[in-house]
Amino acid sequence: MILNASGCLDALEAPEVARALDVFVTKTVTPQPREGNRPVRIAETEAGMLNSIGLENPGIEALLADKLPRLAELGVPLWVSVGGFAASDYAELCAALDDRDEVAAIELNLSCPNVDEAPESAAEIVRVCRAVTGKPLYAKVSPHAWDIGETVRAIEAAGADGLSLVNTLRGTTLDARLRPTLSRGTGGYSGPALRPVALAAVLAARRVARLPIVGMGGVETGRHVLELVACGATHVALGTVLFADPDAPKRVRDELAEELATLGSDSVDHLFGVALDTVASGVNSSERLRVARRE
Amino acid sequence: MRRRSRLRVVANEALGPYSLIRVERGDIDPGVPGQFFMLEAPGRLLPRPMSLCQAPRGELAFLLEAIGPGTRALAAVEAGDEIHVFGPLGNGFRLDVEKPLLVGGGIGVAPFPYLSEKLGRLPAILGFRSDWHAEAGALVPNAEVVVEPTFVTERLEKGHDVLACGPEPMLEAVRELVPDAQLAWEAPMACGYGACYGCSVEIDGVLQRLCVAGPVLEAA
Repeated sequence: MILNASGCLDALEAPEVARALDVFVTKTVTPQPREGNRPVRIAETEAGMLNSIGLENPGIEALLADKLPRLAELGVPLWVSVGGFAASDYAELCAALDDRDEVAAIELNLSCPNVDEAPESAAEIVRVCRAVTGKPLYAKVSPHAWDIGETVRAIEAAGADGLSLVNTLRGTTLDARLRPTLSRGTGGYSGPALRPVALAAVLAARRVARLPIVGMGGVETGRHVLELVACGATHVALGTVLFADPDAPKRVRDELAEELATLGSDSVDHLFGVALDTVASGVNSSERLRVARRE
Repeated sequence: MRRRSRLRVVANEALGPYSLIRVERGDIDPGVPGQFFMLEAPGRLLPRPMSLCQAPRGELAFLLEAIGPGTRALAAVEAGDEIHVFGPLGNGFRLDVEKPLLVGGGIGVAPFPYLSEKLGRLPAILGFRSDWHAEAGALVPNAEVVVEPTFVTERLEKGHDVLACGPEPMLEAVRELVPDAQLAWEAPMACGYGACYGCSVEIDGVLQRLCVAGPVLEAA
Protein backbone atom coordinates (compact mmCIF):
# COMPACT_ATOMS: atom_id res chain seq x y z
CA MET A 1 0.00 0.00 0.00
CA ILE A 2 1.05 3.56 -0.69
CA LEU A 3 0.02 6.09 1.98
CA ASN A 4 0.84 9.70 2.72
CA ALA A 5 2.92 10.59 5.73
CA SER A 6 0.77 12.36 8.32
CA GLY A 7 0.89 16.14 7.95
CA CYS A 8 2.04 16.06 4.34
CA LEU A 9 -1.33 16.29 2.61
CA ASP A 10 -4.71 17.96 3.18
CA ALA A 11 -7.16 15.61 1.48
CA LEU A 12 -9.94 18.19 1.58
CA GLU A 13 -7.80 20.73 -0.28
CA ALA A 14 -6.40 18.13 -2.70
CA PRO A 15 -8.90 15.26 -3.01
CA GLU A 16 -7.38 14.16 -6.32
CA VAL A 17 -4.04 13.52 -4.60
CA ALA A 18 -5.67 11.64 -1.71
CA ARG A 19 -7.60 9.43 -4.13
CA ALA A 20 -4.33 8.35 -5.73
CA LEU A 21 -3.33 6.79 -2.37
CA ASP A 22 -4.43 3.48 -0.86
CA VAL A 23 -4.90 5.12 2.54
CA PHE A 24 -5.14 8.75 3.59
CA VAL A 25 -3.54 9.54 6.95
CA THR A 26 -4.83 12.73 8.59
CA LYS A 27 -2.69 15.46 10.05
CA THR A 28 -2.21 14.76 13.74
CA VAL A 29 -5.21 15.70 15.86
CA THR A 30 -4.92 16.66 19.53
CA PRO A 31 -7.64 16.85 22.22
CA GLN A 32 -7.83 20.66 22.02
CA PRO A 33 -7.49 22.89 18.92
CA ARG A 34 -3.94 24.08 18.32
CA GLU A 35 -2.86 27.09 16.34
CA GLY A 36 0.65 25.70 15.87
CA ASN A 37 3.94 27.54 16.03
CA ARG A 38 4.44 31.11 14.84
CA PRO A 39 6.06 31.58 11.43
CA VAL A 40 8.77 31.03 10.19
CA ARG A 41 7.82 27.35 10.04
CA ILE A 42 9.75 25.87 7.15
CA ALA A 43 13.28 26.02 5.78
CA GLU A 44 14.88 24.24 2.85
CA THR A 45 18.37 22.80 3.19
CA GLU A 46 20.75 21.26 0.67
CA ALA A 47 19.40 17.75 1.29
CA GLY A 48 16.00 18.15 2.85
CA MET A 49 13.70 20.53 4.65
CA LEU A 50 12.88 21.51 8.20
CA ASN A 51 9.39 22.11 9.47
CA SER A 52 8.15 23.32 12.82
CA ILE A 53 4.41 23.49 12.20
CA GLY A 54 3.68 22.48 15.79
CA LEU A 55 0.63 20.22 15.35
CA GLU A 56 -1.72 22.92 14.05
CA ASN A 57 -5.13 21.23 14.04
CA PRO A 58 -8.80 21.96 14.85
CA GLY A 59 -8.97 19.55 17.80
CA ILE A 60 -10.78 16.22 18.10
CA GLU A 61 -14.29 17.69 18.42
CA ALA A 62 -14.08 19.55 15.12
CA LEU A 63 -12.48 16.54 13.46
CA LEU A 64 -15.30 14.26 14.55
CA ALA A 65 -18.11 16.70 13.78
CA ASP A 66 -16.88 18.26 10.57
CA LYS A 67 -13.79 16.82 8.95
CA LEU A 68 -14.29 13.09 9.36
CA PRO A 69 -17.62 12.92 7.50
CA ARG A 70 -16.17 15.00 4.65
CA LEU A 71 -13.01 12.89 4.51
CA ALA A 72 -15.11 9.72 4.39
CA GLU A 73 -16.76 11.01 1.22
CA LEU A 74 -13.42 10.70 -0.58
CA GLY A 75 -13.84 6.94 -0.65
CA VAL A 76 -10.27 6.36 0.53
CA PRO A 77 -9.62 4.35 3.73
CA LEU A 78 -8.79 6.76 6.56
CA TRP A 79 -6.20 6.54 9.26
CA VAL A 80 -6.36 9.22 11.94
CA SER A 81 -3.07 10.39 13.44
CA VAL A 82 -3.38 11.34 17.10
CA GLY A 83 -0.97 13.23 19.34
CA GLY A 84 -0.82 14.62 22.83
CA PHE A 85 1.25 15.69 25.77
CA ALA A 86 0.46 12.81 28.11
CA ALA A 87 -0.63 9.18 27.71
CA SER A 88 -4.11 10.20 28.85
CA ASP A 89 -4.41 12.54 25.82
CA TYR A 90 -3.73 9.64 23.46
CA ALA A 91 -6.20 7.42 25.30
CA GLU A 92 -8.89 10.11 25.19
CA LEU A 93 -8.43 10.49 21.43
CA CYS A 94 -8.45 6.74 20.77
CA ALA A 95 -11.61 6.33 22.82
CA ALA A 96 -13.29 9.14 20.89
CA LEU A 97 -12.39 7.53 17.55
CA ASP A 98 -13.19 3.97 18.55
CA ASP A 99 -16.83 3.90 17.46
CA ARG A 100 -16.35 5.88 14.25
CA ASP A 101 -16.82 3.66 11.23
CA GLU A 102 -14.98 6.12 9.01
CA VAL A 103 -11.72 5.32 10.79
CA ALA A 104 -9.82 2.27 9.49
CA ALA A 105 -6.88 2.67 11.86
CA ILE A 106 -5.27 5.04 14.34
CA GLU A 107 -1.67 6.17 14.11
CA LEU A 108 -0.11 7.24 17.40
CA ASN A 109 2.24 10.14 16.72
CA LEU A 110 4.70 9.33 19.49
CA SER A 111 7.49 11.40 18.10
CA CYS A 112 6.59 14.89 16.92
CA PRO A 113 9.81 16.85 17.24
CA ASN A 114 7.99 20.20 17.27
CA VAL A 115 6.14 20.04 20.57
CA ASP A 116 7.00 18.92 24.06
CA GLU A 117 6.82 15.15 24.34
CA ALA A 118 4.64 13.11 26.62
CA PRO A 119 6.59 11.92 29.65
CA GLU A 120 5.52 8.28 29.25
CA SER A 121 7.38 5.83 27.04
CA ALA A 122 6.05 4.91 23.61
CA ALA A 123 5.11 1.44 24.87
CA GLU A 124 3.21 2.84 27.85
CA ILE A 125 1.17 5.06 25.55
CA VAL A 126 0.42 2.11 23.27
CA ARG A 127 -0.72 0.10 26.29
CA VAL A 128 -3.25 2.69 27.49
CA CYS A 129 -4.58 3.17 23.96
CA ARG A 130 -4.88 -0.56 23.43
CA ALA A 131 -7.14 -0.70 26.44
CA VAL A 132 -9.67 1.74 24.98
CA THR A 133 -9.93 0.85 21.30
CA GLY A 134 -10.25 -2.15 19.06
CA LYS A 135 -9.08 -0.15 16.04
CA PRO A 136 -5.75 -1.16 14.54
CA LEU A 137 -3.04 0.91 16.27
CA TYR A 138 0.07 2.01 14.40
CA ALA A 139 2.86 3.48 16.50
CA LYS A 140 4.89 6.19 14.76
CA VAL A 141 8.35 6.03 16.20
CA SER A 142 11.16 8.53 16.41
CA PRO A 143 14.39 7.76 14.56
CA HIS A 144 16.26 9.29 17.51
CA ALA A 145 16.10 6.14 19.63
CA TRP A 146 19.58 4.66 19.80
CA ASP A 147 18.19 1.13 19.99
CA ILE A 148 15.09 1.10 17.83
CA GLY A 149 14.87 -2.65 18.24
CA GLU A 150 14.30 -2.34 21.96
CA THR A 151 11.64 0.36 21.51
CA VAL A 152 9.89 -1.69 18.85
CA ARG A 153 9.92 -4.87 20.93
CA ALA A 154 8.24 -3.01 23.79
CA ILE A 155 5.66 -1.45 21.47
CA GLU A 156 4.81 -4.83 19.97
CA ALA A 157 4.45 -6.36 23.43
CA ALA A 158 2.16 -3.47 24.44
CA GLY A 159 -0.31 -4.49 21.76
CA ALA A 160 0.38 -2.30 18.72
CA ASP A 161 -0.84 -3.64 15.38
CA GLY A 162 1.80 -1.91 13.31
CA LEU A 163 4.68 0.51 13.17
CA SER A 164 5.24 3.71 11.23
CA LEU A 165 8.92 4.34 10.68
CA VAL A 166 10.22 7.02 10.76
CA ASN A 167 9.17 10.44 11.92
CA THR A 168 11.44 13.40 11.18
CA LEU A 169 14.83 14.03 12.78
CA ARG A 170 15.35 17.16 14.85
CA GLY A 171 17.41 19.80 13.07
CA THR A 172 18.28 23.49 12.96
CA THR A 173 19.34 25.90 10.24
CA LEU A 174 20.74 29.39 10.73
CA ASP A 175 19.99 32.45 8.66
CA ALA A 176 22.47 35.03 7.36
CA ARG A 177 22.65 36.66 10.82
CA LEU A 178 23.46 33.30 12.42
CA ARG A 179 20.06 33.08 14.10
CA PRO A 180 17.78 30.01 13.77
CA THR A 181 15.68 30.31 10.63
CA LEU A 182 12.66 28.73 12.30
CA SER A 183 10.90 30.71 14.98
CA ARG A 184 10.87 27.67 17.28
CA GLY A 185 14.59 27.24 16.75
CA THR A 186 14.44 23.60 15.75
CA GLY A 187 12.27 21.61 13.40
CA GLY A 188 11.72 18.16 11.95
CA TYR A 189 14.15 17.30 9.20
CA SER A 190 12.70 15.38 6.25
CA GLY A 191 13.38 14.68 2.60
CA PRO A 192 16.24 12.84 0.88
CA ALA A 193 18.58 13.13 3.89
CA LEU A 194 16.16 11.05 5.95
CA ARG A 195 16.11 8.09 3.54
CA PRO A 196 19.14 6.15 4.87
CA VAL A 197 17.90 6.76 8.42
CA ALA A 198 14.51 5.30 7.52
CA LEU A 199 16.06 2.26 5.84
CA ALA A 200 18.21 1.53 8.89
CA ALA A 201 15.27 1.96 11.26
CA VAL A 202 13.02 -0.35 9.25
CA LEU A 203 15.80 -2.91 9.05
CA ALA A 204 16.35 -2.76 12.81
CA ALA A 205 12.63 -2.99 13.51
CA ARG A 206 12.06 -5.88 11.11
CA ARG A 207 14.79 -7.87 12.80
CA VAL A 208 12.81 -7.96 16.01
CA ALA A 209 9.16 -7.41 15.07
CA ARG A 210 6.54 -9.30 13.11
CA LEU A 211 4.22 -6.32 12.84
CA PRO A 212 3.36 -4.59 9.58
CA ILE A 213 5.65 -1.61 9.05
CA VAL A 214 4.81 1.56 7.15
CA GLY A 215 8.21 2.70 5.92
CA MET A 216 8.72 6.40 5.24
CA GLY A 217 11.48 8.95 5.01
CA GLY A 218 12.73 10.60 1.83
CA VAL A 219 10.83 8.36 -0.58
CA GLU A 220 10.78 10.02 -4.00
CA THR A 221 10.82 7.18 -6.54
CA GLY A 222 9.69 3.64 -7.19
CA ARG A 223 13.19 2.44 -6.44
CA HIS A 224 12.96 4.00 -2.97
CA VAL A 225 9.78 2.02 -2.31
CA LEU A 226 11.58 -1.19 -3.24
CA GLU A 227 14.43 -0.35 -0.88
CA LEU A 228 12.07 0.06 2.08
CA VAL A 229 10.32 -3.19 1.20
CA ALA A 230 13.70 -4.91 0.95
CA CYS A 231 14.41 -3.70 4.50
CA GLY A 232 11.12 -5.15 5.73
CA ALA A 233 8.45 -2.49 5.20
CA THR A 234 5.03 -3.86 4.29
CA HIS A 235 3.69 -0.44 3.26
CA VAL A 236 5.30 2.82 2.20
CA ALA A 237 4.31 6.43 2.84
CA LEU A 238 5.15 9.54 0.82
CA GLY A 239 5.95 12.70 2.73
CA THR A 240 8.01 15.67 1.63
CA VAL A 241 7.90 14.58 -2.02
CA LEU A 242 4.18 15.46 -2.04
CA PHE A 243 5.06 19.13 -1.48
CA ALA A 244 7.09 19.33 -4.68
CA ASP A 245 5.08 16.82 -6.68
CA PRO A 246 1.38 16.26 -5.98
CA ASP A 247 1.41 13.70 -8.80
CA ALA A 248 3.95 11.59 -6.88
CA PRO A 249 1.54 8.77 -5.86
CA LYS A 250 0.82 7.81 -9.46
CA ARG A 251 4.36 8.47 -10.66
CA VAL A 252 5.91 6.38 -7.88
CA ARG A 253 3.48 3.52 -8.63
CA ASP A 254 4.39 3.65 -12.33
CA GLU A 255 8.09 3.67 -11.50
CA LEU A 256 7.62 0.78 -9.10
CA ALA A 257 5.90 -1.25 -11.84
CA GLU A 258 8.79 -0.46 -14.21
CA GLU A 259 11.39 -1.46 -11.60
CA LEU A 260 9.56 -4.73 -11.01
CA ALA A 261 9.25 -5.39 -14.74
CA THR A 262 13.00 -5.10 -15.17
CA LEU A 263 13.32 -7.63 -12.34
CA GLY A 264 10.86 -9.90 -14.12
CA SER A 265 8.24 -9.64 -11.40
CA ASP A 266 4.80 -8.18 -10.94
CA SER A 267 4.83 -8.07 -7.15
CA VAL A 268 7.10 -6.73 -4.41
CA ASP A 269 6.44 -9.80 -2.27
CA HIS A 270 9.57 -11.74 -3.20
CA LEU A 271 11.72 -8.70 -2.38
CA PHE A 272 10.25 -8.32 1.09
CA GLY A 273 13.03 -8.28 3.64
CA VAL A 274 15.76 -9.42 1.25
CA ALA A 275 18.16 -6.85 2.71
CA LEU A 276 17.90 -8.63 6.07
CA ASP A 277 19.25 -11.88 4.72
CA THR A 278 22.63 -10.34 3.98
CA VAL A 279 22.89 -8.42 7.23
CA ALA A 280 24.81 -10.23 9.94
CA SER A 281 22.36 -10.99 12.69
CA GLY A 282 21.91 -13.51 15.43
CA VAL A 283 18.27 -13.84 14.51
CA ASN A 284 17.04 -16.33 11.99
CA SER A 285 14.88 -13.91 10.08
CA SER A 286 13.15 -16.18 7.60
CA GLU A 287 10.53 -17.51 10.01
CA ARG A 288 9.67 -14.01 11.26
CA LEU A 289 9.41 -12.72 7.73
CA ARG A 290 6.93 -15.37 6.71
CA VAL A 291 4.72 -14.31 9.58
CA ALA A 292 5.08 -10.60 8.88
CA ARG A 293 4.58 -10.87 5.13
CA ARG A 294 1.83 -8.58 3.97
CA GLU A 295 -1.68 -9.84 4.38
CA MET B 1 -8.25 23.62 -12.99
CA ARG B 2 -4.76 23.39 -11.55
CA ARG B 3 -2.29 20.91 -12.94
CA ARG B 4 1.42 20.20 -12.96
CA SER B 5 3.32 20.03 -16.24
CA ARG B 6 6.88 20.05 -17.43
CA LEU B 7 7.24 23.15 -19.59
CA ARG B 8 10.01 24.31 -21.92
CA VAL B 9 11.69 27.62 -21.17
CA VAL B 10 11.33 29.98 -24.14
CA ALA B 11 13.44 32.85 -22.85
CA ASN B 12 15.02 34.31 -19.73
CA GLU B 13 15.36 38.09 -20.02
CA ALA B 14 17.08 40.40 -17.55
CA LEU B 15 15.08 43.44 -16.47
CA GLY B 16 17.16 45.47 -14.07
CA PRO B 17 17.98 43.03 -11.26
CA TYR B 18 14.96 40.88 -12.12
CA SER B 19 14.52 37.92 -14.47
CA LEU B 20 11.51 37.54 -16.73
CA ILE B 21 11.19 33.83 -17.46
CA ARG B 22 8.92 32.83 -20.30
CA VAL B 23 7.81 29.21 -20.63
CA GLU B 24 5.59 27.42 -23.10
CA ARG B 25 2.07 27.32 -21.69
CA GLY B 26 1.36 23.66 -22.45
CA ASP B 27 -1.95 22.65 -20.88
CA ILE B 28 -1.65 25.04 -17.92
CA ASP B 29 -4.46 27.48 -17.29
CA PRO B 30 -3.13 31.02 -16.63
CA GLY B 31 -5.83 31.57 -14.01
CA VAL B 32 -6.87 34.85 -12.42
CA PRO B 33 -4.35 37.68 -11.92
CA GLY B 34 -2.84 37.38 -8.44
CA GLN B 35 -3.02 33.59 -8.42
CA PHE B 36 0.35 31.88 -8.29
CA PHE B 37 2.26 28.89 -9.59
CA MET B 38 4.87 26.63 -8.01
CA LEU B 39 7.96 26.69 -10.21
CA GLU B 40 10.53 23.93 -9.98
CA ALA B 41 13.86 25.46 -8.94
CA PRO B 42 16.39 23.22 -10.71
CA GLY B 43 18.56 21.31 -8.24
CA ARG B 44 16.49 22.33 -5.20
CA LEU B 45 14.16 20.11 -3.17
CA LEU B 46 11.20 22.50 -3.13
CA PRO B 47 9.54 24.59 -5.83
CA ARG B 48 9.07 28.35 -5.43
CA PRO B 49 5.78 30.29 -5.55
CA MET B 50 5.52 32.95 -8.28
CA SER B 51 2.52 34.93 -9.45
CA LEU B 52 1.90 35.03 -13.17
CA CYS B 53 3.35 38.20 -14.72
CA GLN B 54 2.26 37.92 -18.32
CA ALA B 55 0.20 35.51 -20.39
CA PRO B 56 1.35 35.99 -23.98
CA ARG B 57 -0.27 33.66 -26.51
CA GLY B 58 0.94 30.11 -25.87
CA GLU B 59 3.21 31.19 -23.03
CA LEU B 60 3.37 31.99 -19.33
CA ALA B 61 5.84 34.58 -18.02
CA PHE B 62 7.11 34.95 -14.45
CA LEU B 63 9.09 37.85 -12.99
CA LEU B 64 11.44 36.97 -10.17
CA GLU B 65 14.24 38.42 -8.11
CA ALA B 66 17.18 36.17 -7.23
CA ILE B 67 17.40 36.49 -3.46
CA GLY B 68 18.15 32.93 -2.29
CA PRO B 69 19.21 29.52 -3.57
CA GLY B 70 15.83 28.72 -5.15
CA THR B 71 15.31 31.98 -6.97
CA ARG B 72 18.98 31.98 -8.02
CA ALA B 73 18.49 28.54 -9.57
CA LEU B 74 15.40 29.78 -11.37
CA ALA B 75 17.15 32.95 -12.55
CA ALA B 76 19.81 30.72 -14.14
CA VAL B 77 17.45 28.75 -16.41
CA GLU B 78 18.08 29.06 -20.13
CA ALA B 79 15.93 28.76 -23.23
CA GLY B 80 15.43 25.06 -23.96
CA ASP B 81 15.56 23.99 -20.30
CA GLU B 82 12.44 22.33 -18.92
CA ILE B 83 10.89 23.01 -15.51
CA HIS B 84 7.80 21.73 -13.74
CA VAL B 85 5.07 24.31 -13.23
CA PHE B 86 2.06 23.66 -10.94
CA GLY B 87 -0.97 25.90 -10.83
CA PRO B 88 -2.86 28.14 -10.90
CA LEU B 89 -3.10 28.19 -7.09
CA GLY B 90 -4.72 30.31 -4.39
CA ASN B 91 -7.10 33.23 -4.71
CA GLY B 92 -6.34 36.06 -7.12
CA PHE B 93 -7.59 39.63 -7.20
CA ARG B 94 -11.31 40.34 -7.25
CA LEU B 95 -11.81 42.00 -10.62
CA ASP B 96 -15.28 43.52 -10.13
CA VAL B 97 -13.87 46.90 -9.10
CA GLU B 98 -15.12 50.26 -10.31
CA LYS B 99 -12.10 52.55 -10.10
CA PRO B 100 -9.04 50.32 -9.94
CA LEU B 101 -5.58 51.55 -9.04
CA LEU B 102 -2.56 49.25 -8.95
CA VAL B 103 -0.02 49.91 -6.21
CA GLY B 104 3.20 47.94 -6.36
CA GLY B 105 6.61 47.88 -4.78
CA GLY B 106 9.75 46.16 -6.06
CA ILE B 107 9.21 42.57 -7.19
CA GLY B 108 5.59 43.10 -6.11
CA VAL B 109 4.91 44.51 -9.58
CA ALA B 110 5.02 40.90 -10.85
CA PRO B 111 1.24 40.24 -11.09
CA PHE B 112 0.38 43.65 -12.56
CA PRO B 113 1.19 43.26 -16.27
CA TYR B 114 -1.29 40.34 -16.51
CA LEU B 115 -3.82 42.18 -14.35
CA SER B 116 -3.49 45.33 -16.45
CA GLU B 117 -3.94 43.29 -19.62
CA LYS B 118 -7.09 41.69 -18.18
CA LEU B 119 -8.70 44.95 -17.05
CA GLY B 120 -7.25 47.21 -19.72
CA ARG B 121 -4.30 49.53 -19.03
CA LEU B 122 -5.11 50.33 -15.43
CA PRO B 123 -3.54 53.33 -13.74
CA ALA B 124 -0.66 52.24 -11.52
CA ILE B 125 1.81 53.63 -9.00
CA LEU B 126 4.99 51.59 -8.73
CA GLY B 127 7.82 52.13 -6.29
CA PHE B 128 11.40 50.89 -6.57
CA ARG B 129 14.52 51.26 -4.49
CA SER B 130 16.71 52.38 -7.43
CA ASP B 131 16.55 53.41 -11.09
CA TRP B 132 17.99 50.00 -11.93
CA HIS B 133 15.14 48.22 -10.17
CA ALA B 134 12.68 50.64 -11.77
CA GLU B 135 13.41 49.12 -15.19
CA ALA B 136 10.70 46.57 -14.32
CA GLY B 137 8.19 49.43 -14.30
CA ALA B 138 8.23 49.31 -18.10
CA LEU B 139 6.24 46.04 -17.91
CA VAL B 140 3.18 47.91 -16.63
CA PRO B 141 1.60 50.32 -19.12
CA ASN B 142 0.20 53.59 -17.83
CA ALA B 143 2.29 53.44 -14.63
CA GLU B 144 3.70 56.29 -12.57
CA VAL B 145 7.08 55.10 -11.32
CA VAL B 146 8.65 56.49 -8.15
CA VAL B 147 12.06 55.72 -6.75
CA GLU B 148 13.16 55.88 -3.10
CA PRO B 149 13.23 58.10 -1.10
CA THR B 150 9.79 58.69 -2.61
CA PHE B 151 7.23 56.04 -1.53
CA VAL B 152 4.09 54.96 -3.37
CA THR B 153 1.94 55.92 -0.40
CA GLU B 154 2.90 59.58 -0.93
CA ARG B 155 1.17 59.47 -4.33
CA LEU B 156 -1.90 57.56 -3.23
CA GLU B 157 -5.12 59.50 -3.75
CA LYS B 158 -8.40 58.59 -2.12
CA GLY B 159 -11.34 57.24 -4.04
CA HIS B 160 -9.74 54.29 -5.75
CA ASP B 161 -10.21 50.55 -5.52
CA VAL B 162 -6.62 49.73 -4.65
CA LEU B 163 -5.06 46.42 -5.68
CA ALA B 164 -1.61 46.20 -4.11
CA CYS B 165 1.37 43.89 -4.08
CA GLY B 166 4.76 44.54 -2.54
CA PRO B 167 6.89 44.24 0.58
CA GLU B 168 5.07 43.90 3.90
CA PRO B 169 5.81 47.45 5.16
CA MET B 170 4.32 48.84 1.95
CA LEU B 171 1.21 46.68 2.26
CA GLU B 172 0.79 47.73 5.91
CA ALA B 173 1.10 51.40 4.91
CA VAL B 174 -1.41 50.98 2.08
CA ARG B 175 -3.82 49.25 4.46
CA GLU B 176 -3.63 52.26 6.81
CA LEU B 177 -4.59 54.63 4.00
CA VAL B 178 -7.05 52.43 2.11
CA PRO B 179 -8.79 50.06 4.54
CA ASP B 180 -10.66 48.18 1.80
CA ALA B 181 -7.65 47.58 -0.47
CA GLN B 182 -7.00 44.14 -1.91
CA LEU B 183 -3.51 43.14 -0.82
CA ALA B 184 -1.38 40.34 -2.29
CA TRP B 185 0.92 38.89 0.39
CA GLU B 186 3.76 36.43 0.26
CA ALA B 187 5.19 33.79 2.58
CA PRO B 188 7.66 30.94 2.25
CA MET B 189 5.79 27.91 0.91
CA ALA B 190 6.83 24.30 0.44
CA CYS B 191 3.79 23.08 -1.50
CA GLY B 192 1.41 25.89 -2.51
CA TYR B 193 -1.72 23.70 -2.20
CA GLY B 194 -2.47 23.48 1.49
CA ALA B 195 -0.45 20.36 2.29
CA CYS B 196 2.51 21.63 4.31
CA TYR B 197 1.07 24.33 6.62
CA GLY B 198 4.38 26.15 6.19
CA CYS B 199 2.95 29.44 4.90
CA SER B 200 0.62 30.19 7.80
CA VAL B 201 0.33 33.90 8.57
CA GLU B 202 -1.95 35.79 10.92
CA ILE B 203 -5.16 36.68 9.10
CA ASP B 204 -8.01 38.26 11.07
CA GLY B 205 -6.22 37.36 14.27
CA VAL B 206 -5.69 33.67 13.52
CA LEU B 207 -2.96 31.77 11.74
CA GLN B 208 -4.14 30.63 8.32
CA ARG B 209 -2.43 29.09 5.32
CA LEU B 210 -1.73 31.92 2.90
CA CYS B 211 -1.73 29.52 -0.07
CA VAL B 212 -5.40 28.62 0.36
CA ALA B 213 -6.76 31.69 2.21
CA GLY B 214 -4.79 34.08 -0.06
CA PRO B 215 -2.43 35.21 -1.38
CA VAL B 216 -4.78 38.10 -2.14
CA LEU B 217 -6.66 39.22 0.97
CA GLU B 218 -9.10 42.04 1.59
CA ALA B 219 -7.37 44.47 3.90
CA ALA B 220 -10.24 45.21 6.26
